[in-house]
Amino acid sequence: MKNIRVLTLMPTVPDTEYIHKCTSACAGCSSDLILRHVLKAAGPDTVLVVPACCTSVLQGVYPNTSFGIPVYNVAFASAAAVASGMAAAFEELGKNTNVIAYAGDGGTVDIGIQALSGALERGTNFLYICYDNEAYGNTGMQRSGSTPLGARTTTTPGGKPHQKKDLDRIIAAHHLPYMATSCSAYPQDIVRKVEKALSIKGPKFLHILAPCPPGWRYDTAKTIEVGKLAVRSGMWAMYEREYDTLTLSGQTKAAMMKPAPLEEYLKIQGRFSGLKPDTIAEIRQSMERNLRLLKKEAEGTC
Amino acid sequence: MRERLAISRPVEGACGETGTWRVFKPVVDREKCNSCGMCAMYCPDGVIDSEYEIDLIFCKGCGICANECPKKAIAMVREGEES
Ligand SMILES: Cc1ncc(C[n+]2csc(CCOP(=O)(O)OP(=O)(O)O)c2C)c(N)n1
Ligand code: SF4
Ligand code: SF4
Ligand code: SF4
Ligand SMILES: [Mg+2]
Repeated sequence: MKNIRVLTLMPTVPDTEYIHKCTSACAGCSSDLILRHVLKAAGPDTVLVVPACCTSVLQGVYPNTSFGIPVYNVAFASAAAVASGMAAAFEELGKNTNVIAYAGDGGTVDIGIQALSGALERGTNFLYICYDNEAYGNTGMQRSGSTPLGARTTTTPGGKPHQKKDLDRIIAAHHLPYMATSCSAYPQDIVRKVEKALSIKGPKFLHILAPCPPGWRYDTAKTIEVGKLAVRSGMWAMYEREYDTLTLSGQTKAAMMKPAPLEEYLKIQGRFSGLKPDTIAEIRQSMERNLRLLKKEAEGTC
Repeated sequence: MRERLAISRPVEGACGETGTWRVFKPVVDREKCNSCGMCAMYCPDGVIDSEYEIDLIFCKGCGICANECPKKAIAMVREGEES
């Protein structure tokens, strides 16, 4: 299928699709969109390692799959460990095949974190992508360490009383050659960061915000709008870190200068309904602290 | 060789067709469309081709394309109703 215009929106990416029509993801799923562009950027010489998450299910039912590249579906905690073994095997064979672990937030910030930390520390040559829908989506939206403060999930019906775990600073503490954050609302940014990551040898990490209509409780048509509001309000910051040098992405620089109202981002999602003013104040405080720290780091003043 | 692993093979329609359960379908107004490509870039399942033809066998009716079209050239029409 030739997508000529998409080609001009994304000049470096071939028009080939690696996901066959269609997956069993919910309508409006942004993880589906992310993976589509990740694979277009990575190309056919790629293997995916997928731990238990929505992505295990949305491939289809054995003996058929909608994924046109090899996928290894593995146990929940083991994505980075399996990817390590694969990377070592490819290296032994002298192959440059891309090894990409594609895991949810639960599989990353909670259950998979020790395997991930180990793989980063050992210098594994792979790309780990965490698509963050801020809960355990596949099993019915239970809270995860990545669920933000105040968000209603099926296990926090009154709103989560704890802050979102700061995964990116945990990853940054491993001083890896490349890590970046992005959001499904910016496919061109995702493609550029995946291409850059795959051009570098060693451990790479991408953390991509993935709005989820049933989990975040908004209309399926609003997936891109919600993602853009997350970035424009400053709730989600986009940047790259090469070893210890941080570069803010344009969208986040713009948000730092002229942010969209935080309330707009919260209001559009049912999971934040009925937030108390002091919870909103707390959310704003930690958001501003994060942006302040990132700005200082980008300016080289901390 | 006998396969010892459960290996799935890639095919179109591995997850069935969506036309049976979709509630709203996107309809493109050719007069308004300026071929910018936004809808095709943002469609999660890549069911919009280079001619901006939408594959209604696999479109899920999410409405993202209609919401993101800068020309407002896509209308979401209830299945069974005239566009
Ligand atoms: C050891 C183990 N515990 C629990 C499960 C059940 N389980 C499967 S997927 C999943 C949720 C995964 O959440 P996340 O990693 O955030 O991915 P998402 O489903 O949101 O895409 C859970 C709890 C499991 N498969 N294995
Ligand atoms: S629950 Fe959310 S992340 Fe999972 S398939 Fe549905 S929309 Fe996508
Ligand atoms: S987004 Fe709208 S204007 Fe752009 S190609 Fe699609 S239908 Fe045409
Ligand atoms: S309604 Fe959703 S699935 Fe259908 S073409 Fe538009 S974006 Fe794609
Ligand atoms: Mg999740």
